[in-house]
Amino acid sequence: MLELLLIPFLEATIRTATPLAFAALGELVSERAGVINLGMEGSIIAGCLGGAAAAVLGGSAVGYLGAALAGLLLASLFALFVVRLGSDQIITGTAITVLGLGLTGTLFHLAPTMVGVGATLPTTGPVPLPLLSSIPLFGRVLFTQPLPTYVLYVLVPIVAWWMRGTHAGLALRAVGESPVAAAAAGVPAARVRALAIGFSGIMGGLCGGTLVLAQVGSFNENMSAGRGFIAIAIVVLGRWTPYGTAGAALVFGGAFALQYLVQTLGLALPYQLFLAMPYVLTLVLLATLHGRAIAPAHLGR
Amino acid sequence: MTEVLLAFWDGAFGSVYAVLSATLVRATPLLFVGLAVALAFRAGVLNIGAEGQLIVGAIGASAVALAIPAWPRPVVIVLMLVAGAVAGGLWAGIAAVLRRRFHVLEVISTLMLNFVAAALIGWVVRGPLQEPTRVYPMSESFSAAARWPFLVPGQRLHLGFVLGLVTAAVLWYVLQHTAAGFRVRAVGAGARAAASAGAVPVARVASRAFLASGMLAGLAGASEVGGVTWALYEGISPGYGYTAIAVALLARLDPRWVIVTAIGFGALEAGGAAMQRSAGVPAVAVQIVTAAVLLSVLALSRWRARDRDEASA
Repeated sequence: MLELLLIPFLEATIRTATPLAFAALGELVSERAGVINLGMEGSIIAGCLGGAAAAVLGGSAVGYLGAALAGLLLASLFALFVVRLGSDQIITGTAITVLGLGLTGTLFHLAPTMVGVGATLPTTGPVPLPLLSSIPLFGRVLFTQPLPTYVLYVLVPIVAWWMRGTHAGLALRAVGESPVAAAAAGVPAARVRALAIGFSGIMGGLCGGTLVLAQVGSFNENMSAGRGFIAIAIVVLGRWTPYGTAGAALVFGGAFALQYLVQTLGLALPYQLFLAMPYVLTLVLLATLHGRAIAPAHLGR
Repeated sequence: MTEVLLAFWDGAFGSVYAVLSATLVRATPLLFVGLAVALAFRAGVLNIGAEGQLIVGAIGASAVALAIPAWPRPVVIVLMLVAGAVAGGLWAGIAAVLRRRFHVLEVISTLMLNFVAAALIGWVVRGPLQEPTRVYPMSESFSAAARWPFLVPGQRLHLGFVLGLVTAAVLWYVLQHTAAGFRVRAVGAGARAAASAGAVPVARVASRAFLASGMLAGLAGASEVGGVTWALYEGISPGYGYTAIAVALLARLDPRWVIVTAIGFGALEAGGAAMQRSAGVPAVAVQIVTAAVLLSVLALSRWRARDRDEASA
């Protein structure tokens, strides 16, 4: 029972949560600077395409680099409008997402060989970590994963430490609470926001790179499948903290993995219930946390 | 390049068929959701959930169409419209209550509800409203009574388009010439000023505009199932609710101009489809144009604001 159901379920949870956690961690940093990056979906799909195209040219390591750069590229355009021109975040984000989906879809149709259609992409499979992977149960679930998952194990504590304990992290949070006060205290608010958006773009790109190079193995139109929006939900569920965000990514990963479990078990429950559950949970949480100031005060403005 | 543009033009405006069976048919749902977004944004409510409200409206209208297949046609059509509007309004109502009572950002809640609506329609077409053989994820085809009349014989343009035009006219009149419309505009222009003036109950006005916005988006769903597909499908909307934001903004939130921009984006989609068929350019390229339009509007309005600041300084 354990072998057949629980372990595949937990493995699938971590696998599904990995790209989501990258995107959510990026979104978290951007939101702590007061910017809702609705263009995240655009960065992710750009990362998918950039990752595939770069991997065709130079292997999987170059692929991840290409993915990060492609994500950064779209986020830079977002930053140009939001920070430099002071445009509305929601509208700009929507435009960037539509742009990302449109550009990648068009390239996919016009230059399929460039993005590795028909070719075998160099992918990164699971790498069992020595010693750790032989721990019963957890070893197989946590330490027999592709490299990006291990990167996250390190990245989440680093971001948590950086946000809490460094001067730059404090500046980030100050800008998100009150850009005017932060500027008065000598924090370059515009530059902080631009850098935070840039980081979120890189993370979005890596989310896409992970999808293409560690999971699916090829680029496909619309393969980001709303993960950029899900990342926003994850950040909310994680109450705008790095560890909370990582935990919330696991909740979403688990909910999506549950549908396979339900199908395997042959339960009569509609799997859409599990698709909808994380979003409903996020809404309920938002409503119950009402009154407690947990969102950055200047978010979205 | 000329070949591509010619194909595009032929598909969007090149013939009577292109206009009456492609462009205006695609403009119809965009008209309703564009008005929905325009109304919400006018009231300072960032409703980006028109997509979900459209889907739920389509479910509501389909449920009615399938429940009373043999009733007189006008009655069925009116009840489909009512069901679509009520369903869309209720869906927006969830976010409106969350905003008013619990101070949940509507940007986040409406986005979440879009995903819940997508899961809901996925379940509905495989569960309660699935066709009798239980093979395909779709509903049974509607009876003749629930199929909306065409406007021109031999063309696909349907009743929904006229209803959309009437809705735009009514919304414009209400916003521009009634006390309720004035309150909506006052709240959108500056909630704090409107509240301190004392005469405008800001929270209530915003909530009602939110509900009305959801009802308009719900009508888009009713119009799609009644006028175009005659059945409920999972993919009833290829993202109309998101395109709506571009439609409304390009119209500068003016209902009269929403008619123009909705037809413009309808032409873009119709032309894009034709471009793909005859010139081999993927229809998804249209999304690049949509994004470029949005970004241009943003940049232009920014420059306009800057000019104004300099003029007044």
